[in-house]
Amino acid sequence: MTDTRISLTTKGGGVRADRLFRFSALAAGLLVLAILALILVTTSREAWPVFADEGLSFLTSKTWDPASNEFGALAFVYGTVIVSLISLLIAVPVSLGIALFLTELAPRRLRAPAVTVIDLLAAIPSVVFGLWGILVVAPALYKLYQALHDTLGGVPVIGSLFGTPVGGGRSFMTAGIILAIMIIPIITSISREVFATVPSSDKQAAYALGATRWEMIKGAVFPHSFGGLVGAVMLGLGRAMGETIAVALTIGAATQITPNLFAGGNAMPSVIVLEFSESTGEWTAALIGLGVFLFVITVLVNVLARLVVNRAEIRMKGAVA
Amino acid sequence: MTVAVTPAPVDLTRAALSVRRRIVNRIATLAIALALLVALVPLALVTYTVVSKGLDVMSWRFLTDNIVNSPRRAGGGMWPAILGTLLITGTAALMAIPLGVFGAIYLNEYGKQKPLARVIRTMADVMTGVPSIVMGLFIYVTVVLAFNQSGLAGALALACLMLPVVIRSSEEMFRLVPDELRQASLALGARRWRTTVTVVLPAAISGITSGAMLAIARAAGETAPVVLVTAIVFRPEWNLLEPNTTLPQQIFNNASQPFAVANQRAWGAALTLIAIVLLATLIARFIASRYSIKER
Amino acid sequence: MSDFVRDLEGSVMATHDRPNVHIAAGRDASPVVPGTPVMELQDVSVFYGTYEAVRGTTLPVRQHQITAMIGPSGCGKSTILRALNRMNDLIPGARVAGRITYHGQDIYARDVDPIQVRRHIGMVFQKPNPFPKSIYDNVAYGIRINKIKGNLDDMVEEALTGAALWDEVKDKLKTSGMALSGGQQQRLCIARTIAVQPDIILMDEPCSALDPIATGKIEDLMHELSRQYTIVIVTHNMQQAARVSHFTAFFTAEVDSAGVRHGRLVEFNDTGKLFTNPDDRRTEDYITGRFG
Repeated sequence: MTDTRISLTTKGGGVRADRLFRFSALAAGLLVLAILALILVTTSREAWPVFADEGLSFLTSKTWDPASNEFGALAFVYGTVIVSLISLLIAVPVSLGIALFLTELAPRRLRAPAVTVIDLLAAIPSVVFGLWGILVVAPALYKLYQALHDTLGGVPVIGSLFGTPVGGGRSFMTAGIILAIMIIPIITSISREVFATVPSSDKQAAYALGATRWEMIKGAVFPHSFGGLVGAVMLGLGRAMGETIAVALTIGAATQITPNLFAGGNAMPSVIVLEFSESTGEWTAALIGLGVFLFVITVLVNVLARLVVNRAEIRMKGAVA
Repeated sequence: MTVAVTPAPVDLTRAALSVRRRIVNRIATLAIALALLVALVPLALVTYTVVSKGLDVMSWRFLTDNIVNSPRRAGGGMWPAILGTLLITGTAALMAIPLGVFGAIYLNEYGKQKPLARVIRTMADVMTGVPSIVMGLFIYVTVVLAFNQSGLAGALALACLMLPVVIRSSEEMFRLVPDELRQASLALGARRWRTTVTVVLPAAISGITSGAMLAIARAAGETAPVVLVTAIVFRPEWNLLEPNTTLPQQIFNNASQPFAVANQRAWGAALTLIAIVLLATLIARFIASRYSIKER
Repeated sequence: MSDFVRDLEGSVMATHDRPNVHIAAGRDASPVVPGTPVMELQDVSVFYGTYEAVRGTTLPVRQHQITAMIGPSGCGKSTILRALNRMNDLIPGARVAGRITYHGQDIYARDVDPIQVRRHIGMVFQKPNPFPKSIYDNVAYGIRINKIKGNLDDMVEEALTGAALWDEVKDKLKTSGMALSGGQQQRLCIARTIAVQPDIILMDEPCSALDPIATGKIEDLMHELSRQYTIVIVTHNMQQAARVSHFTAFFTAEVDSAGVRHGRLVEFNDTGKLFTNPDDRRTEDYITGRFG
């Protein structure tokens, strides 16, 4: 036995500091949950009078008349749906194409510049897109709309989509196009991640059987990535539904439900930002209520999307291991 | 005795591939390349338009004068909005970045795959998708109704938008720090907190900084929450407890005006905003590339 | 496993009671005078949850001498090593049964602080892991956090000298520790460990990621270090254990009736004896390359 009595039991500041540090970190993490819960609680409470008054007709009635305290938001729900659909129809093929380009086609030297293009697209603030949309794109598209209306307006059934364009071009269609440009980056980046997890052995197997590149993509890449791509599209949808400013500037600010894509309309987030400052009393509560509804559905879409993407990625990585 | 048989010559040239398959492949390749162009064209157009129209109205006076109090009038500058953007975004960053890094420390160093950490991680991702207008309403209902519209309220809203982004990007950076470094520090007798602060954090700092700069760039361009909770001013306002104005808000207001002078101001403000955002993005990329964690 | 076969110079096995391992020249085959034990392991097992990864380990760690732990992969050598400085605590569900004492104190007693244990029992890892800091700051790190009193520059120089690295780096102390070669990095990690003046140094396969020349330098260093410190080294290289250590513990893996593998200490002995005339038949089989 040695004579040095080495102490192994010093307690003191160290352990306490460790505990305090860990607790602070946990508190910061919990802040996320707290804020989300607070958002729901405080906005619902503020909007409650309108929910109580209108009940379900808040969402099913299309009469939005602040002057007579009638608040039916169906027109805005419709607007959100239409604009989101248009943007997805344009953005999804483009995003998939870009993602495929980056993972399968691009020569090494082009890869970094191409990624930069997408990053820059994502960095442009939505208000700048809205500015460009209202002052440049809408007037330019107006002529196109008129041409389309003249040629296709008479066709039965789909002709109603190509109705008389509203002056200036601010319409569902324009908002949808601008929105498409804005959601391309997020769909592209998730799709890239998904494509990157396709095992290279599958791709090699396709080539070894004599497939062309496109056949390889169809046979090896798409089947593996389907789940993840669904998630990517859902995330794009979530972003499209919540985009406020660019849509507010380009959608035309009219409260109506019409199949005419060239007509003006309004969407949930945009009507909030457009009417909020002049609103009072129950009108304000109604707008807040709209915000509650928007919050709930975007959270739902995002949660579902994340679950779909996570599960698809786990399945793919598991298959490789 | 076998006789060697020479096989019939096989066609290995490109012509052997059926025309249809070749054409389909060619079309697909073109379509994919076209997709990139579809993304490139709007980027180029927007940049060109903002730069050319913005330069038309840009001048030193534009950057330093106060805002005109009527959209019909010409002239005036954007200084109050520039100041507001810097103040409000800066304050939001001061709130969101430390909290975000701490949250990321919890997720990667303590929580890892435990159920609570998984929930927080997923909810942070979900929170990045919350529309900015909803954050604006949230701050309006909690802060503005209790007090008044102010720059601070705007900063709070932006901080809520930045927080989940900072958490997730910082967590990725912490994950990249090799575990062996933590083990080496612990084996020397360091406590967890000291290991995290003196070894893990410095190793991840460049990635965290670049992630934070990107979050700042995004926050600087936010409009909707500011419109709701920050009111508007025409003179520079240094007091965050008072109403203020930002560049995105000015762009929004001026864009929807029917007056040409207002539209011109909007382009100028847009150019200024893009310059700020671009600067933050470039700094972020520079830091990330220069000081990245060396893969071992 | 094939490393052992490769390491045996000459491929022809001698008769089975004459294992074909060369003990370092200069070291006679006479038994080593055993030093006083600074650590004692008594029937130690390590569990991960309900799985008993290694069992039945009883051996002393003797002061100022080198104890090697050898055996095939997966038989618990590293697990036991990490139990000695409570690094196993970092693995959720890890549990130690049996008794491990350091200077007579049970290091797993309730009031023992693992941080203090690690202050006295240091560790060098398999893959060199210097901090992304300067060479100086790497060595000074442990000194600073443990608030060891003294002139920092002197202590850094002393540690680097003790790790046989001072001459190579004295002009570039402020450069990054990660810019050194693999062997230099490992010596930097050794310098970092001895800078806190530990009692015992645990080494977990310290040379397995290094080339033969760097390995040789570190083995020479170990002889020097054992004068001042006590060393326990895990190695899968039998030749190295034979060259370097005074005592050797041989571990093996056994499969129980349910088909589950457990590691177990088979034999602990004077190195010379273990490699020339081992007590246990299994040791002999391993050393002659008959299995493992």
